[in-house]
Amino acid sequence: MGDISTEQLAEECLAIVTENAGKKKIKAGDLQKAMAAKYGDQVDRKDVKAAIKELIDSGKCVYGYFGGSSIELPHVEGSAND
Amino acid sequence: MADDLKIPLLEELEKGPWPSFVSDIKSVADRKPMAADLLRQLEKSYEDKRGYWKHGGLVGVMGYGGGVIGRYSALPEDFPGVSHFHTVRVNQPSGWFYTTDALREIVDIWDEHGSGLFNMHGSTGDMVLLGTRTEELEPTFRALTEKGWDLGGSGSDMRTPSCCVGPARCQNACYDTMDMTYQLTQNYQDELHRPMFNYKFKMKMSGCPNDCTAAIARSDMAVIGIWKDDIKVNQEEFAKYLDDGFNVQEFVVEKCPTRCITVEGKEINIDNSNCVKCMHCINRMPKALAVGDDKGFAINIGAKAPIVEGALFGSVIVPFMKIEDGDYEELYDFIDRMWEFWDEHGTARERIGEFIERVSLATFLEGIEMEPSPKMVKAPRDNPYIFYEEYFAEEDEGEGEGEE
Ligand code: HEM
Ligand code: HEM
Ligand code: SF4
Ligand code: SF4
Repeated sequence: MGDISTEQLAEECLAIVTENAGKKKIKAGDLQKAMAAKYGDQVDRKDVKAAIKELIDSGKCVYGYFGGSSIELPHVEGSAND
Repeated sequence: MADDLKIPLLEELEKGPWPSFVSDIKSVADRKPMAADLLRQLEKSYEDKRGYWKHGGLVGVMGYGGGVIGRYSALPEDFPGVSHFHTVRVNQPSGWFYTTDALREIVDIWDEHGSGLFNMHGSTGDMVLLGTRTEELEPTFRALTEKGWDLGGSGSDMRTPSCCVGPARCQNACYDTMDMTYQLTQNYQDELHRPMFNYKFKMKMSGCPNDCTAAIARSDMAVIGIWKDDIKVNQEEFAKYLDDGFNVQEFVVEKCPTRCITVEGKEINIDNSNCVKCMHCINRMPKALAVGDDKGFAINIGAKAPIVEGALFGSVIVPFMKIEDGDYEELYDFIDRMWEFWDEHGTARERIGEFIERVSLATFLEGIEMEPSPKMVKAPRDNPYIFYEEYFAEEDEGEGEGEE
């Protein structure tokens, strides 16, 4: 296990998703790479997976699936009908 | 009812001698406005020669990134019934065995919460419940899970594993396809419901090289039953095929791709060292011939349909593996290593077969810590799955050379 808490990772992942909202679709792999770049050996893939799980299960993020699965802020899709 | 649908083009499709999806959908159209508008919108598509669906790339159920495929009509004013038309994938039971009670559960849930239309089975194997509204997704999910059902995969996740009926009703089964499918489904719940890969990953389990799930051509991981020893022969039954006038020479001997069968008098001989396990002779004479006793499976990696890049066939990566005493650890370990390497070095929307082509098989094997071997046949339908010397060394002192 890594040295960085799931909560902290979740917060940083959320920041990345928020920053890119409406601009770039963030995939699980992008968050993995970002955390690995920032923390190196201090985090492993399982830690980041747990952080993503936390974001999804708390409802802070949702999965999108247009052109491959992504992690997004909850919102109403532009294509949605009433 | 049919009159106010006004779908003359679609009704052409009811005129042949075959069952028609138009008639099927019509049969629910008078009690389901969704089904009626589905037909009307499709009629308009036929008139205008274009589709009218919009991708709903976000709708789903809480916590899951797969299992729901959102669609909206591009013409909601004209066809309000299909304004929302989301599809729900339901994880099928291994081997597609249902009781009638189980089927009724699904039908009732879908009648209450959706269009009443569904499809058995999608190409991943799931039951495909066609058409519901966003606000019905959570109630549908709740109703399904209360009865013990779950959603299947979609998006960049492990897709619902599927299998042939295997040992449930087929003597060719070289391993328990249904148990493996169940175990993989349970073991990889996160991978199934929480998309975390570069792209989709499909697994199909076929009990023998007949490959009834067509795994070799359409699943990233095709697990195909195989045996290492000799084809079992019942000479008495073989003689009966001859006595009954079955033309063994024409239909079996000459059709064997490696010509390794000979017949002397009423006796069949198979040169097993040259048999490529194509199943042909066994399929033609199931009473006389059977798969061997030393059974397991080969794992083929990398097949896919032509979307995004071209189509690929699977290549043998694990020539032989066996499940003993229900212990799947060796298989899980292989899968985990493979996923990790693909996940880390693959690019977005790159299937594992394309990934292997890009980085080379040698790099892939090194990445998943496997030794290359001549048994890793690139296109096993033209080549032997495996070639095991220890069985064909004519009982000299030759023993296995450390084959796992
Ligand atoms: C126009 C008529 C028909 C067409 C086009 C048709 C087509 C097919 C196809 C494509 C398959 C799948 C074969 C495969 O798995 O590769 C199949 C399977 C089968 N068909 Fe038909 N079929 C027709 C009529 C019938 C009829 C009239 C019967 C029985 C009275 C029948 C009984 C079966 C059975 C039992 C299977 C195998 C199901 C299984 O694999 O468990 N079919 N058919
Ligand atoms: C209790 C009665 C029956 C049982 C349990 C049964 C079972 C099966 C099974 C398991 C298969 C699929 C084999 C496979 O997957 O390759 C099959 C195939 C087939 N059955 Fe039956 N069957 C029954 C009665 C009938 C009857 C009465 C007919 C015809 C009148 C029939 C026609 C066929 C045909 C044509 C196929 C082959 C379809 C194909 O090409 O895949 N069966 N049956
Ligand atoms: S793949 Fe083989 S074992 Fe499975 S149902 Fe087909 S013939 Fe039987
Ligand atoms: S399984 Fe195929 S290759 Fe092997 S003996 Fe039979 S026909 Fe020949």
